[in-house]
Amino acid sequence: MKRSVAPVFWLLFGAGGMLAALTGPALVLITGLAAPTGIGLSPNFMSFARVASFAQNPFGKLILFGIIALFIWHGAERIYLTLRDMHAGGRLALMWICYGTAGALTVVTFAALTIIGV
Amino acid sequence: MSGPRPYLRPAETLWWARRPYLAYTLREATGIAVAGYALVLLVGLISLASGEGAYDVWLNFLKSPWSLALHLLFLIGMIAHVWTWFRIMPKTMPRLVIGGRIVPQNRITAAGLAVAVAAFIVILLVAEWMQP
Repeated sequence: MKRSVAPVFWLLFGAGGMLAALTGPALVLITGLAAPTGIGLSPNFMSFARVASFAQNPFGKLILFGIIALFIWHGAERIYLTLRDMHAGGRLALMWICYGTAGALTVVTFAALTIIGV
Repeated sequence: MSGPRPYLRPAETLWWARRPYLAYTLREATGIAVAGYALVLLVGLISLASGEGAYDVWLNFLKSPWSLALHLLFLIGMIAHVWTWFRIMPKTMPRLVIGGRIVPQNRITAAGLAVAVAAFIVILLVAEWMQP
């Protein structure tokens, strides 16, 4: 019997969805609204030196990789399923576009974190 | 032609933009906010890897009205995601039995939402504690 690859994507979707449900609103508020405007947080909260040292820390790297990659996989699964239901294209083509993009961006995330070093 | 040809009811165009499917479409659209936010972070990470000059360009973009409006949309999408996520959760997980009784779905949803609110507060407190 041919095994389906769907459970793998489903697992990534679920992990990303739970992570986004627990951390998403707070993270958007901090990195997208409070830190850039300086409302409630110091305007230096996301200064180059601070964020660089966070991204150089192995624990910080793990957080950044987990958040970025899993959020992207979660979104990719939802976009794939919705486009499939909309009959926006062939099933296989949509899978390649959505999962392919998510896979490529995961590699880019890993590469960026590697370049930043320790 | 051979074999039976089942009747396929023609689907309305833009069926997904109409009730009752609109709620489903909007729920799935929260995935765009989740992935879109991650994409902004990834661009920041790439600029961080490229050096201080590139990073400051990204940081200045975050301060622009476009970015603030975008993140406001992301925030709305994220909150909608939290709400719908924990409403679906009891329907997708095995029945939860505590003390020989099946835990009702709305209890599971309420517990999930409570954990999400607690996590929200904890993360904000951690950010406050991490201030320079």
